Amino acid sequence: MTEGELWAPLTLEYPFTRTTGPVIGAFLTGLREGVLCGIRRPDGSVLVPPVEYDPETAEPLAEMVPVADTGEVVTWTWTSEARDHQPWDRPFAWAMVKLDGADTPLLHAVLVDDPSQMRTGMRVRARWRDEREGHVRDIEGFVPEPPS
Amino acid sequence: MTGSEVPPIDLPDLDVSAIEAIEGVEPVRSVRTPIRLDYRYVPGRAAVTYLEAMAEKRILGQRDPDTGHVFVPPRGVNPASGRVLDEFVELPDRGHVGSFCITNVPIPGRDDLSLPYASCWIFLDGADIGFLGLVAGCDPDEVRLGMRVAAKWKPDDELTASAENIRWWEPTGEPDMPLDEIRGGRGA
Repeated sequence: MTEGELWAPLTLEYPFTRTTGPVIGAFLTGLREGVLCGIRRPDGSVLVPPVEYDPETAEPLAEMVPVADTGEVVTWTWTSEARDHQPWDRPFAWAMVKLDGADTPLLHAVLVDDPSQMRTGMRVRARWRDEREGHVRDIEGFVPEPPS
Repeated sequence: MTGSEVPPIDLPDLDVSAIEAIEGVEPVRSVRTPIRLDYRYVPGRAAVTYLEAMAEKRILGQRDPDTGHVFVPPRGVNPASGRVLDEFVELPDRGHVGSFCITNVPIPGRDDLSLPYASCWIFLDGADIGFLGLVAGCDPDEVRLGMRVAAKWKPDDELTASAENIRWWEPTGEPDMPLDEIRGGRGA
């Protein structure tokens, strides 16, 4: 910036509140109650997060099923500097986590200090917040699960 | 609805019986998904000249020497041709309403606007494009195409290099601009 340069803060803000519908609503209700759920397709596979319609046939789906809060990192990327308004104020990994019992991965954060602690196929477990409201942030993030 | 009714979709009831924890509890029906983008806006040469003149209660536009069109606020180029403009012209702080919208719904974060209010596309005398301004000092029902308005400036000791120096636009009481002369000023 040049000395004396004219500038002004400009903030665009959209305070959206979205209605969820029954399926996403059930998923978020589960989060609030501390349970992760998906929806079962006719072939038995389970989609997490759940969707209203079968992605191949467009048939409505209706059978919600619980899945575990542990799973496997399918793929990931490192964020070395968390941005404002991200839920994390320190470096973290974005990861696709395939939960045990699910056939599709869920996007969330893996909270480790360093990318050397990340690898594809690693086991992780959800770290739940104590205060939950029915939002994907009810899970603070995933942490490596120690080998049992 | 009339005419083209959407056929009802036959959705199966959602079966959550496998998930004990969410049976019988109050379901989540909505979720907050705010979006926020923080910019640091640096206006550039044309707008800086415009804003600094605003501190002296002067409104500057830019004139295209090829077409004669005057643009306000100045953006440094002719928006139609892309020609770079460097000739500034001073415009009067009065003009007419070229179009308007009466708003009855509050905007989050704009508690300073009391409802209903009139947002108007104002053509300054001598300008070939309009720009957005609030028209106050009359009932919103009285706002109309061709109505003559003038800037209501902030007190001199509150002036800054900002378009906010114009608090709003007020009717002057002059005869309306004839309807066939309204749109686009001199035909921009």
